[in-house]
Formats: sequence, C-alpha cells, structure tokens
Amino acid sequence: MKKNVLFFNFIVIFILPLFIISCSKDTSEVIDYSKEFENSFGGNLINAMAGEPSNLIAMIAGDSASSAIAGNIFNSLVKYDENLNYAPDLAESWKISNNQKTITFKLKNGLQWADGIPLTSADVLFTWKLITNPNTRTPYASDYQLVKKASTPDPLTFKVTYESSYAPALDTWTSLHILPKHILKDEDINNTFFSRKPTGSSFYKLDKWISGQQVTLKANNKSVLGVPLIEKLISRIIPDTSSQFLELTADNIDVMNINPIQYQRVFPARKDLQQKIALYKEMGNGYTYLGFNLKKPPFNDIRVRQALNYAIDKDEVIKGVLLGLGEPISSPYKPGTRWINPNLSPYPYKPSKALELLQEAGFKKNNDGILMKNGKPLKFEIITNQNKQREMTAVVIQKRLQDIGVDVSIRVIEWASFVNRFIKTGDFDVVVLGWSLSLDPDQYNIWHSSQQGPGQFNFLGYSNKNVDKLLELGREELNISKREKIYHKFSKYLLEDSPIIYLYAGYSLSAVHKRVKGIKKPAPPAGIYHNNYNWFIPKPLRRNEISER
Amino acid sequence: MISYLIKRILWMIPMLIGISLVSFFIMHLAPGDVTSSEASFNPKASEESRQKLRELYNLDKPVIIQYGLWVKRIAQLDFGNSFASHQKPVLWERTDKSGNVTKGLIQESLPITLMINLLGICIIFSISIFLGTLSAVRQNTWVDRSITLFVFIGFAIPGFWLALLLMYWTGVSNQWLPISGLHSLGYQNLSNFDQFTDLLKHLILPVSISSLSGLAGISLYVRNGMLDILHQDFITTARSKGLKESKIVFIHALKNAILPLITIVGLSIPGLIGGSVIAESIFAIPGMGKLFYDSVLMRDFPVIMGILTIGSFLTLIGNLLADIGYAWADPRVRKGLVK
Repeated sequence: MKKNVLFFNFIVIFILPLFIISCSKDTSEVIDYSKEFENSFGGNLINAMAGEPSNLIAMIAGDSASSAIAGNIFNSLVKYDENLNYAPDLAESWKISNNQKTITFKLKNGLQWADGIPLTSADVLFTWKLITNPNTRTPYASDYQLVKKASTPDPLTFKVTYESSYAPALDTWTSLHILPKHILKDEDINNTFFSRKPTGSSFYKLDKWISGQQVTLKANNKSVLGVPLIEKLISRIIPDTSSQFLELTADNIDVMNINPIQYQRVFPARKDLQQKIALYKEMGNGYTYLGFNLKKPPFNDIRVRQALNYAIDKDEVIKGVLLGLGEPISSPYKPGTRWINPNLSPYPYKPSKALELLQEAGFKKNNDGILMKNGKPLKFEIITNQNKQREMTAVVIQKRLQDIGVDVSIRVIEWASFVNRFIKTGDFDVVVLGWSLSLDPDQYNIWHSSQQGPGQFNFLGYSNKNVDKLLELGREELNISKREKIYHKFSKYLLEDSPIIYLYAGYSLSAVHKRVKGIKKPAPPAGIYHNNYNWFIPKPLRRNEISER
Repeated sequence: MISYLIKRILWMIPMLIGISLVSFFIMHLAPGDVTSSEASFNPKASEESRQKLRELYNLDKPVIIQYGLWVKRIAQLDFGNSFASHQKPVLWERTDKSGNVTKGLIQESLPITLMINLLGICIIFSISIFLGTLSAVRQNTWVDRSITLFVFIGFAIPGFWLALLLMYWTGVSNQWLPISGLHSLGYQNLSNFDQFTDLLKHLILPVSISSLSGLAGISLYVRNGMLDILHQDFITTARSKGLKESKIVFIHALKNAILPLITIVGLSIPGLIGGSVIAESIFAIPGMGKLFYDSVLMRDFPVIMGILTIGSFLTLIGNLLADIGYAWADPRVRKGLVK
C-alpha cells in the first residue's frame, strides 16, 4: 500500500505541474505599434546569429558573423550608399587621375578612433602595408598587391598608384577596414588580442563579448560620423534557427533572418505575430546555378547545354524551393543594378525545343524513352553540398530532365570533401552551387580561361576568347558607361554559351520586431541594414531589462 | 594492490599513444583541410594564400611528420592553437606580453558541459534507482508496467522534437522558463544568488531533456539486479527473521543491486566531457559537443586531437576508477585482485 502512495506522490510532483502550467495562460495587452513615436537615444536591439564571430579583423576572418559585427565597428575609405553607388565613408572625396592609374583620397576632418586618438592617413597607409605584408595570413591580399605605390602627402591625404588602371579599385577600398596604427604597430596581426577587443572608428564599439553566447556593441560617442540612435546592439549566438524563431515569438530577440516557410506559411497564419513583427524582403547576395563540367562530353557540346537549359523550368524551381521568394536571372549580377543587361532574358521552359537540340546533337530516344547516342544513354550525376535548398533544387531538376529522357542521379556531399575530392580534381559531371552577386562587375577569377588551375575558381573549365578579352578590358576601364557596355556584352556571351544554367537569385528575408522604427520599407537595393544607425526604439516600447547598477 | 595499480597506470601510456596514432591518421583520411572551408570558396581569396596557410600549419608535410610534430608538442603538454582565424589556444589560456588573456577553447566549453552532464547523471541515477527499485518490488503489476513504458517512451522520443515542444510550451506560451542560452540579458547586474537561480532556470530544460533518454537503461539495470537479489536466499532469511520489508529492500537488497552501477559510473566518466551537438545547438549552449562538431567540419586538427586525447585519457582513467571502486565496494573482488 505504501508503495502506491509513493507512486501517487511521483505523479503529483512531476506530472501535475505540467498541467497546471499549461492552463495558466495570461492575456497580455495589445500595443499599437503603428502610432507615430518620437525618436530618442537609447534602448537595446537584440538580434540572433547562427555562428560566433571568429575574428573582428576582417582581413583575417572569413566568416559572415565576423564581418557583420566588424562592419558596425570599423570604417572603410569608401562605402556603398543605399542605391549601391559609391559614397564617402572615412574619405570625404576621391579623385582619379587622367591616366586612370592614381586615386587620391581626401579624409574627412577631425576623424578619431574610439579611444580618442586622431585617425589620419598614416592609419590608412599602415592598413595597406598590413594587408600586403606576406606574413599576414589574409586571403584577400591580391587586390591590394596591385598598388605599386602608396603614400601620404599629408595627414588627410592618401594616394595610391596602380601599375595599370584597375577598374575594381574603388570597390576594393569599400571592403578594407581601416585599422589603428597606434595600437597594432607592434602586434602580430595573425594572433593578437585586438581580434577580440578591437578599437574602431564607426558608430559602435565593442562593449562585452561572452564567448559562445553574446556580443554586445555600444554606441561610440567619439564617432565623427554621428552617434547612432540605438544605444546597444546585442547579438545572441543561437545556432538553431527554430530556437531563434521561438525566441523571436517570445519577444526575447528583435531581429532574425527567416526562411521562406516562415515568411510564406507561418506568418500569414499567425495574427499574433503579424501584430508585433514586421517582415522585410530584399534581394539576397547570391545566386544558385547548375554548372557543367565543360571538359567532359556531352557537356562540351553547346547544344546539349542549351537543351538542358530549355528543359528546366526556373519558375517551378523558384516556386518549389523558395516558395516564390526569388527571381530568375540572366546575368550574374544583382537585379536592379546597372550591370544587368536589360535585353537578356532567361531561357524559357520549352521541352520540345530541348529535344530538338538534343536530336541535333545526336541523341535519339530508345524504346524506354531514354535519350541515347552511340549506344550510350544521356546520363549524369548532379553533385551538391549539404544545403537544403540546393538539394531540393537538384530534385526538381532531376524530375524535369527525366521527363525528356535524361537519366539524372543526385549526390549530396559534405563541403570539404565536395571541394577537395570533386571540384579540385575536376571529377564531376554537373554541380548545383552558388556564387555571390558581387557589386563590382569584374568576374575575371570565375570566367577567364587562365583561371582553371587546381584551387582556382573557373573549375567548370569555361573558355571563350571573346569573353577573355572583355574581362581584361573591363578590368581596365574606369569610365562607368563604357564599363557597363563591356559587361552587358559579357553577360550575353555567358548566357548564349550556357556554361551554367542560372536557376534563381533568392530574397533575403528578415523579421524585425515592430518596436524598431526607422527601417526603410520597401528595402532599398543595399538592404534594410544599410542605415541601422538611424533605426530607433521609442522609449515607451523599450524592453524592461535588468538595469545596470 | 599497489603493484596492480602501477601496472595499470603504466599500461595507459602505450594505450594513449596507440589511440592518438589511430585518431590522427583517421582524421587525415577525410578529404580537405582548414583552407577548404565554405567561406574560403570566394573568388576574392587566392589559391596562393591558401597554399601559404597550408605551409604555415605544416599541412603540406607527410602525415607521419605532422604526427611527429604533434607528439613533440604534446610531450610538453602544449596542445597548440586552433587553426581557426581566432587562433585561440586549444586547452588553456595564454597571456600576451601586454597582459591580455585569451582563454582556451576547451577551458571555455568544458565547465559548461561538465556542469550539465554532472547534473544529468545525478538526476538519471537518483530517478533510475528509485524507479528501478519500485518496479522490481512491484514486479508485474501496473506500477511496473507503467514505469517501463515511461522510461522507454523517454528513451525513444526524439530529444530535439521534445525540446522544441517544451521550449514552446514553457517559454513562449507560458513565459515560465527561458528558451535558450545560459544567462538572461544583463545577468551581470544581478546579485550572486539571483545569478545562480538564473543559471538554474536556464538549465532545467536542457538537463531534463538529456536525462530523459538515460533513464531507460539504468532503471532497467537496477530493476533486473534487484529482482535477482530479491530471489536470493539471504533475502528469504531476512524475511523469515521478521525484518521490515522496507529495511529488506532498501538496506539489504538495494546495496547489492547497485554494485554493478559502479562500473556504469566509471564508464560514463569520458561521457562527461562530451556534449550533444543537437541539444547544444537547440539550447544555444556553447559546450563540447558543438566545439568538436564545428572543428571536425572545419578540419581544425589541433582542436580535434586535443578533445580526442583528453577524451581517451579520461576513458582510461574512468575504467581504472571503476575497477578500483568495485574493489573498494566488494570484498570478493578485492581479494581477487590481491591474489
């Protein structure tokens, strides 16, 4: 009898509380976020990031978490404005010499580091010397090694001279964070405290970094670019996106990147979320493609590549994989920028045309409906890395190609093996991969025929003399409208040759709590984050946080 | 006894060398190295710079030479620095000339994982012993059957799924417990006691989830051990002596039934430093599981080897402790050893 009482106690202690909790649901009052609010300095913005930043010195770090945090701490000479045009950052103005080889940057007056020491052209020169120093473990040195001579005629002037004119030069100066000479001159840049305790010049400075948990930035009141409206930016490290989403719905974080299912399915069904969370959609930074190993038959035959391009329904892929949250593209550039050739359009979905082209190339259907040439079926393997969207893309394509009699198999491989075992060795048929939509149109490293060595990026083996010439020209031409023409032509060749099939450029989706104001909607080409120093959280809407003592 | 101990400890040296050798070579069988991360697949990053990095880390040398270099360092108890761009020390903090301290990766992650696992083990053992005894005493009744059902459900249920459900239930719809992380924002401003309760609140879900799957094995172990003992002669003697049933169960039977658990405790010592990648990702806990998983994906060889070495060392120590513990608790075993 006694034992039964024990068991009953167990139920009371462990099970019952769960029921009690589930019944005690309180109804919180509804706040109207659409009212006009006054802006004022203060408040915390909490966002979630999947990975921890590794190193806040951008030239050494390679991960996106690091560059996201470092971008709030450091400045470059030049930046992109909301319409993706060049705009002053630390440099107030810049001048390009007549022979197009020298750029003279004029720094803004009165710049200083977060510790109060003046920021001068000596810091810029120091940074350039650092990134071109062979002992610095940076993968990004090559662009800056093209500078033949760098000098500082006076504390506000920084002058670089290139061996020959280099069109992407300005773009390279948008991504080089200027570092403080007075702190780093005696440090080993590869292994320094500075990577976790940086001193910068931008709107925010590092406040606290709890390893593996959170990084807190505080407004930098020494910033001459102005003081941001939100006092603290807190990045919480939450690897799992479902957990991030739970934290968002529980009001514990304000900003996160969401996926198409959350955007298209979860939010429309949840009135309570719509009431407090705003969704933003902007063009993402990359595109996904199907790439052929051009050195392998039958992909060395342009008719086969074009045929497969006609046989894939890009709209279907976008609908199936991204739930419609993407765009088809026909140039390797960000939609809406000047580099897009307006006369090009993606290959339409035309299976009949595909079959015609394949027949021209010598393929005939056998009794089982499989395309055959010289007794061999048209059969290949699509490989991709462990990336859910790419896997699903491959499956949709597999189905469409099966419809016209192509036998396709899919293999998904872990990244390091994928690159070393397949890409570097050229041992593959077809890949599904992505490239970033770079803001500068130069794509020499990806498409020039000289870039095919192991470890280089023209691993598909694309080679077209006209394209080579255009890529060389485009690197030297600084006149923007002439440059535009060059890359429009380049895109046309690329689309015709079809070494890759452009599948989609996906949107980047963000969810932001409505307490955050000052975000531009619809998002400008540079995305919603470009003016995050102008975001604010009105006083009545701020969280009640454990206050500082 | 002493000579036995010395023999056992000396045996650990060749064992450790063998384990590290096998681990090192298996690790190098996987294609790729630290320069082939997804982030470095960037047209702005040149192949020359990657080659430079490989030379710097001696990755261009034959594996056997790399192993030699590693052993040379380990012999001085230097586990090296991570290959990642933060270059943190693998094991323990280092201080640079101006007094800035960089904490070691294992040093940062291990205490968190240890704390969760120790709590987990305490909970698993106390609940399992209780449940196991209860089902043995009430063998073949509804109590026994429902306990078995309960522990098996706990064993079979996917942890991540239950975790997300509980997070939603206790964190979103009821705002009763924090959802993820180890601390609330601004916890530094709390008093020490409040910081402690804050931490405990954050640990309730992860520890319960990780304990749930462990209940089945151990409670059944206790149940079966208990059943064996309860059918033995000395229990019958005790009963016929007129001892109280509770005294028989808790003092005479239980003591004997949990003896084999010492082995299990010893064997679970290496498990103490290993975390679950899935649980740590879901609950945003920076523990050993995530550290190891990320270093494998990154091919961060010094970190992988560091964790494996410490893990195998603890396994050997755990085995040794289990044997010693057994000898200490059971006079029959002790006699066997001395012979």
